[in-house]
Amino acid sequence: MHDGHHDHEPAGKRDHDAPLTAYQRMEIAVRELLIEKRVLTADEIRHAIEAMDARSPALGARVVAHAWTDPAFKERLLGNGTAACEELGIEMGSVKLVVVENSADTHNMIVCTLCSCYPRMLLGLPPDWYKGRAYRARAVREPRQVLKEFGLALEDNINLRVHDSTADMRYMVLPARPAGTESWNEGRLAGIVSRDCMIGVAVPKVA
Amino acid sequence: MSARFKPGERVSVRRADPIGHVRTPHYVRGKTGEVERICGEFANPEELAFGRSGLPRRPLYRVRFRQREVWPDYRGAASDSLDVEIYEHWLEPAAKG
Amino acid sequence: MRGYHDIGGLPLGDIDRGEHDYAMWEKRVDAMLVLLSKKGVITVDELRWGIETLGADAYEKLSYYERWIASITKALLARGVITTDELGRRMAAAGDKR
Repeated sequence: MHDGHHDHEPAGKRDHDAPLTAYQRMEIAVRELLIEKRVLTADEIRHAIEAMDARSPALGARVVAHAWTDPAFKERLLGNGTAACEELGIEMGSVKLVVVENSADTHNMIVCTLCSCYPRMLLGLPPDWYKGRAYRARAVREPRQVLKEFGLALEDNINLRVHDSTADMRYMVLPARPAGTESWNEGRLAGIVSRDCMIGVAVPKVA
Repeated sequence: MSARFKPGERVSVRRADPIGHVRTPHYVRGKTGEVERICGEFANPEELAFGRSGLPRRPLYRVRFRQREVWPDYRGAASDSLDVEIYEHWLEPAAKG
Repeated sequence: MRGYHDIGGLPLGDIDRGEHDYAMWEKRVDAMLVLLSKKGVITVDELRWGIETLGADAYEKLSYYERWIASITKALLARGVITTDELGRRMAAAGDKR
């Protein structure tokens, strides 16, 4: 039996006893048909899930930490995000990555107003709020208010740049390296770079 | 690659309004910005959406807009900007004056 | 002709920052999405257009992966990879399993 009662059961999760929804049945039916027709194999599906589960913001954090400690790498990253990530052994597929740099006078923020484009190869799956309508609608129009809701208040003299991923490029923010981290190694630096820092709704904090 | 526009050039987004799979958001149509970079050439998503090849590839640009030019009621810094990827066929030279 | 998905700038309310763990069926939808587009069976833009034409009500009410499986299904039907008849029979049979 279940321990407790979750009062906010997300749409995708069901008790073992609950009937399947029409969309869950559609997933089963489509998958079975595609496998029978040899369009896909069960192994391919399994491997694709494993590959996605293996991706997390830790990959992006590694890239950021390396850019902070290696200025030549940073320049290459800003010039060609995909090639630079591949240097670190990260598989990027056909993704065209643009890395945008925060500085003392500029803060960057990423959104996909039309759907949910996100640098998945580097950060894993996007959070629900990034895919949700409120963020997508408001990030382009009132980004400073959105950032305040995320707990980030920008000074008026900071230049806020919002990037809408409308076509073939994918974006990652290279946060500014905080003061007080000069002696840190890459592993420790990566530890303060969260997913939200690389989307641009947070900045790294020295605890 | 025969890109029509260069980085730094002022361009305006056309005001067309078709049904179909369009990757030019409504909020920039009719607005003027500056080419930030040429992204490369890509197959046309408007055609890919219908199972067609989308070829020949066409230039895609990142265009930088001033927030205050996009939203009349924008309340942020004058230098705040919005970078959007737009295909060449949605752009024309900025109106002079 | 503004699509209901083209929402940049609309005054939509508070951002809900709750996050959910993905159910296995959702991960399988994601996997099929990636594999079908990688193999060139359907394009990502066909899938996006499928979502853009589910209807405003469906867009609002269905969850993220419900929209994607609906769109994948539409695209496979349009391309003749599967038929409505076999889909319907399989969906009914799937309801019997657990």
